[in-house]
Amino acid sequence: MTDSLNITSWTCPLPLQNYPTIVMGHGSGGKMMSDLIRYMFLPLMENEALAPLGDAAVLELDKGTRIAFSTDSFVVNPLFFPGGNIGELAVYGTVNDLAMTGAQPLFLSAGFILEEGLPMETLGELTTSFASAAEKAHVQVVTGDTKVVNKGHGDGLYINTTGIGLIPPEIAIAPGNAQPGDAVIVSGTIGDHGMAIMSVREGLEFETQIVSDTAPLHELVETMLAASNEIHCLRDATRGGIAAALNELAKSSRVGITFEEGLVPLRPAVKAACEMLGMDPYYVANEGKLVAITNREVAEEVLVAMHSHPLGQDAAIIGEVTADHPGMVLSKTGIGGSRVVDLPAGELLPRIC
Amino acid sequence: MKYLDEYRDGELTKKVLVEIEKTVTRPWKIMEVCGGQTHSIIKSGLDQLLPPEIDLVHGPGCPVCVTPLELIDKAIALASQPDIIFTSYGDMLRVPGSERDLFSVKAAGGDVRIVYSPLDALKIAQDNPEKTVVFFGIGFETTAPANAMAVMQAKNQGIENFAMLVSHVTVPPAITALLESPDVQVNGFLAAGHVCTVMGYWEYEQLVEKYKVPVVVMGFEPVDIARALLMCVKQLEEGRAEVENAYARSVNPDGNQPAQDIINQVFKHTDRAWRGIGVIPKSGYQLQDAYAQYDAELRFPEIQTIAPQEPSVCISGLVLQGLKKPNECTAFGVQCTPENPLGATMVSSEGACAAYYQYGRYAISLEEDKITR
Repeated sequence: MTDSLNITSWTCPLPLQNYPTIVMGHGSGGKMMSDLIRYMFLPLMENEALAPLGDAAVLELDKGTRIAFSTDSFVVNPLFFPGGNIGELAVYGTVNDLAMTGAQPLFLSAGFILEEGLPMETLGELTTSFASAAEKAHVQVVTGDTKVVNKGHGDGLYINTTGIGLIPPEIAIAPGNAQPGDAVIVSGTIGDHGMAIMSVREGLEFETQIVSDTAPLHELVETMLAASNEIHCLRDATRGGIAAALNELAKSSRVGITFEEGLVPLRPAVKAACEMLGMDPYYVANEGKLVAITNREVAEEVLVAMHSHPLGQDAAIIGEVTADHPGMVLSKTGIGGSRVVDLPAGELLPRIC
Repeated sequence: MKYLDEYRDGELTKKVLVEIEKTVTRPWKIMEVCGGQTHSIIKSGLDQLLPPEIDLVHGPGCPVCVTPLELIDKAIALASQPDIIFTSYGDMLRVPGSERDLFSVKAAGGDVRIVYSPLDALKIAQDNPEKTVVFFGIGFETTAPANAMAVMQAKNQGIENFAMLVSHVTVPPAITALLESPDVQVNGFLAAGHVCTVMGYWEYEQLVEKYKVPVVVMGFEPVDIARALLMCVKQLEEGRAEVENAYARSVNPDGNQPAQDIINQVFKHTDRAWRGIGVIPKSGYQLQDAYAQYDAELRFPEIQTIAPQEPSVCISGLVLQGLKKPNECTAFGVQCTPENPLGATMVSSEGACAAYYQYGRYAISLEEDKITR
């Protein structure tokens, strides 16, 4: 129904129908952002490499060499949060985008936008973290840029990273490759990062501290690919959570996806925090979790391989790809009902009561 | 999670559903009053598992949805002022006023902040003595005690740069208005468990007596909902009309006395407009005269003249009265989506239209397929 909006026939990037200005919802990873990309950016820039809208572009060079190419900007506030900081996040975020094509991440750029007044000590700490994350992920930082903006024009520090990786031959992972009958896997507990940020940002305290899952996923992907080549899609479940990741895959592959609520790994503390704030964990951001769609036949093998890796210990098969309801994600509820898990609209808002 | 997972148990819910199926012999229209309950029902898919005789209609119990357009426009006017920090529960930011919403005000440079409690707003006032902090005091009897507490603390602590834009509503007058309306034919009510936690359910005794309709106090999880439905259906089938409590782990007949005391100390009853429905007599709270200095409408008299008209295409008024289902609206899912809501019922995650849109679209499209076949 959403797709039958009149705007589908637009070819020129008219302003979006709701807001005459950008609002925070446009950056939420949901429907508003997807529309912004589809109707504002894509019509002016469309090309073959951009069209699949994967986490990274796959570029074919001479002699069948394929590289993955991706960019990401990091504006998280606070700069330090339980389980990580903006420095390592900026490395792992782009490494993960590259890894979602099956690539071995190789090179990164580092663009630092610094706000006047940022303590040198803070910058030093974050840069150290940035460098050690790059070392841990075996990527080299090969170019960079530094800008300073006036006090009040940035949250202390923003970082942009761009990455290049090399895709091994015989790997064909793309958002449009899901087939009916395939299995849907999630690599671990969901919502940890989003709720960790929210708990510090909003000063919420829970009995168990919620820690961000920030981590580089390329080695997990390598482990999975060693188990089987028949991994059809990978998606980094960042903003918009697994709901956005699954919706994007369902739409790109023109298939339906159904998953069981009871099978989705979820930490009790994250579940409790989501319950308190009236939020749905499927929509909450992750920074070290992926969703994978694989041939059903090899799903168990892939899962066993994932369990052998520290970042995949809680991995679970949560559902399947269907020919029914193409473009739509359904979840089966604990009481045997079902519901649509749509893209989030805009910003996640805590409920009143 | 304790006290949650037990009440989401699939087997237990199914057992109760089987009981309902055995008990029901003819069609009944039953209204769940609270938007939180509507949300739970659709989110768990419980509505798809009910016998066809039971028609659940969604009541006016979403505080975000029923906040009148006029107050949204007033909120927007206040939030646009440079010397005001406007604070609100999160889901109010997306409710469209006549021309824009609070998100747009924020994008235009207004200082609009989401808070989780009105006491957080009070803290912001203390931290920003050069600004006036206005809190959007909305909600039913559930949020009224905390909002009353904030005003009381402001007075006790002499925090003068704090004010509240009050749009409180109360449940029993709304149920009475529905029962009085000739168009509304609801056989039984499932009362809002959280409201009753604060207020108790003694107020419903006279309603039941006068209108001969069962009222069952209901919780928010699938087992709670199924049990309350069963109790309601049993009453209807047996020709009884009583007040029953299916949420006894949280609700007692008299409610939470200290919470009621603080409401009565700070607020008094007033006539209140409900978005899409109209003015319901004595259905709202406003500040007592002793707290009038904290009333944003009195402190900023320039907003008193704001009196917009509601648009006509949206049927949220009919949805809130249980006369129409969200998918019966011509705009549902077409012109009206959560990103571009025409009415408040599409805005809040507690609104019936939003609940239908988020969780129910697939079920609705299957039903439509069946009909066309």
